Amino acid sequence: MAESIPVSEGFQKTEQQNQEPQIQRQPPLNVGEAERYGSIASGAALVLAAIARRGVGGLILGGLGAMFIQRGLTGHCALYERMGITSAPRQRHGVPGSVGVKVERSITINRPAAEIFRFVRDARNLPKFMKHLERVDVIDEKHSHWVAKSFSGRVIEWDVEIVNEHPDELLTWESAAGSPVPNAGTVRLKAAPNGRGTEVRIAFEVYPPAGMLGVFGAKLVGATPEQEVEEDLAMLKQVSETGEVATTKGQPMGRH
Amino acid sequence: MKAITWQGWHKVELDEVPDPQIINPHDIVVRVTLTAICGSDLHLYDGFIPTMERGDILGHEFMGEVVALGSEVKNLKEGDRVVVPFAISCGRCFFCERQLFSLCDNTNPNAYLAEKVYGSSGAGLFGYSHMYGGYAGGQAQYVRVPFADIGPLKIPEGLEDEKVLFLSDILPTAYMAAENCNIQQGDIVAVWGCGPVGLLATRCALLLGAERVIAIDRVKDRLALACADERVIALNSDKTTDLQEALKELTGGRGPDSCIDAVGMEAHGTSLGAVYDQAKTATFLATDRPTVLRQAIMACRKAGTLSIPGVYGGFLDKIPLGAAFAKGLTFRMGQTHVHRYMKPLLERIERGELDPSFIISHRLSLEEGPGAYETFRRKEDHCTKVVMRP
Repeated sequence: MAESIPVSEGFQKTEQQNQEPQIQRQPPLNVGEAERYGSIASGAALVLAAIARRGVGGLILGGLGAMFIQRGLTGHCALYERMGITSAPRQRHGVPGSVGVKVERSITINRPAAEIFRFVRDARNLPKFMKHLERVDVIDEKHSHWVAKSFSGRVIEWDVEIVNEHPDELLTWESAAGSPVPNAGTVRLKAAPNGRGTEVRIAFEVYPPAGMLGVFGAKLVGATPEQEVEEDLAMLKQVSETGEVATTKGQPMGRH
Repeated sequence: MKAITWQGWHKVELDEVPDPQIINPHDIVVRVTLTAICGSDLHLYDGFIPTMERGDILGHEFMGEVVALGSEVKNLKEGDRVVVPFAISCGRCFFCERQLFSLCDNTNPNAYLAEKVYGSSGAGLFGYSHMYGGYAGGQAQYVRVPFADIGPLKIPEGLEDEKVLFLSDILPTAYMAAENCNIQQGDIVAVWGCGPVGLLATRCALLLGAERVIAIDRVKDRLALACADERVIALNSDKTTDLQEALKELTGGRGPDSCIDAVGMEAHGTSLGAVYDQAKTATFLATDRPTVLRQAIMACRKAGTLSIPGVYGGFLDKIPLGAAFAKGLTFRMGQTHVHRYMKPLLERIERGELDPSFIISHRLSLEEGPGAYETFRRKEDHCTKVVMRP
């Protein structure tokens, strides 16, 4: 049997994971929602025409079509960027009114509210239960810098500001303007009845990359924002109540 | 190390796999000295439990010697001999605090899978599909045991492994099943199924004060084992034309005061209902065969209790809930809260009041284990309980 006790999966990452991740900034959104759908549609039409047409003309059409599809999917147009114009809604704090995904979930944790509040208020603790967060750096009392992996596995990062807090009761954060994945959330803590601990309620809004297309894509892959919030809450409960996160990563298995 | 792994329907094999490691601070690693095949392992073997993956290590009844300790484990030391409960419990959540250990909130990393099917998830289990956490099981040379400060029970010197192994699952299961019957003086308890759990349930029911126990099964060997205690009467369900009538006769026309279903979802029968169940599960239109459940509901006396340790997984048909309602029955069921019973049952074993080893029919090596699954399933070779020494 092994002499040394290998590093725990829970909070301490391995050597490899502690190295600086390859950072890929997402190109900024500068194409509006409706225009993006139009872009994909016309791009698809062009590609179909290209296939029918063949020859050099077909290649050109196909190339154009692919470009249109790409700018529709990513929301970023290189030409617009050069020209300095944008048809996307102005990026503000948090999440634009009627777009994006909103998730509300509750969980009861068998610990006092003060303890839970103290734990989540320290942003460095967030990666311990938010599994898509690689790392959080604290900038000052109200600001921190979050590094995460997106649904597709790409590393993205943004700044976060605490915009409201009532100790042991409420905490609200928003991503800073220009974030690639605008998001905002509120955590509410309330004593659960008769010694059951604390009811933790989270309301979370996110405007994923590629807008609603990203949401549909995510639904196909199964990692919806709802599921993520639920899993993160479950991990918060585990860490708060037991000090570790239940896992089987690293256990043996047979021929498969 | 060597381990028995699931490879598909009716396919288990002995594989060479990496040794387990300490992963979380409350883990230990145990060198397995004795392990067993459970009746519920047959549900995995027969393909009744979803979310199994090829290569999953099986086994949830095991004991052995502590060989590695996580940084937070203070109650055990290397070399201690322990029996490990089949459910993994954190000891600190709402359910663990109330001794409902098999319903622990915090030990299933795949809780979302169980929540999809059942609404909420219980504790993670060793070797019992990914819906229950996907933990590598104990039909192996070594096992990683999480929350070792809560689960494993240290066994004192002087007690053989065979006498205490079943504290891991089937003895507490049988005891909880009998306890759930709320046995009063003069009660007659009927137990369906003379497999390991049923056999032990007959003994536990007597320990808890039952006047008499009626043991029901189709297999003569198992009925004989049940009746080794003279307070147990055997009823062969295949040879009894009218089971309900027979049960009434044995109880002065009242019906059994409580009924234990120690058979569960893969029940067999020859009635029309049983044939219907077979057809439905074979075509995947139903997931469980409730022959025994129906019989027990019909037989149980008014205001009696139905105690269900037998595993049910999904959905079943044609349950006479009307009869249960009309008679005001109480249903008590669920995965065993093993941790709650281990110490008191160990004490009973130490005092000689219980010796669960009488159910063991086969003593094998780990290599012979995969073959034994088939033997156990077919109840061949007088097979009642298979234990394996890795």
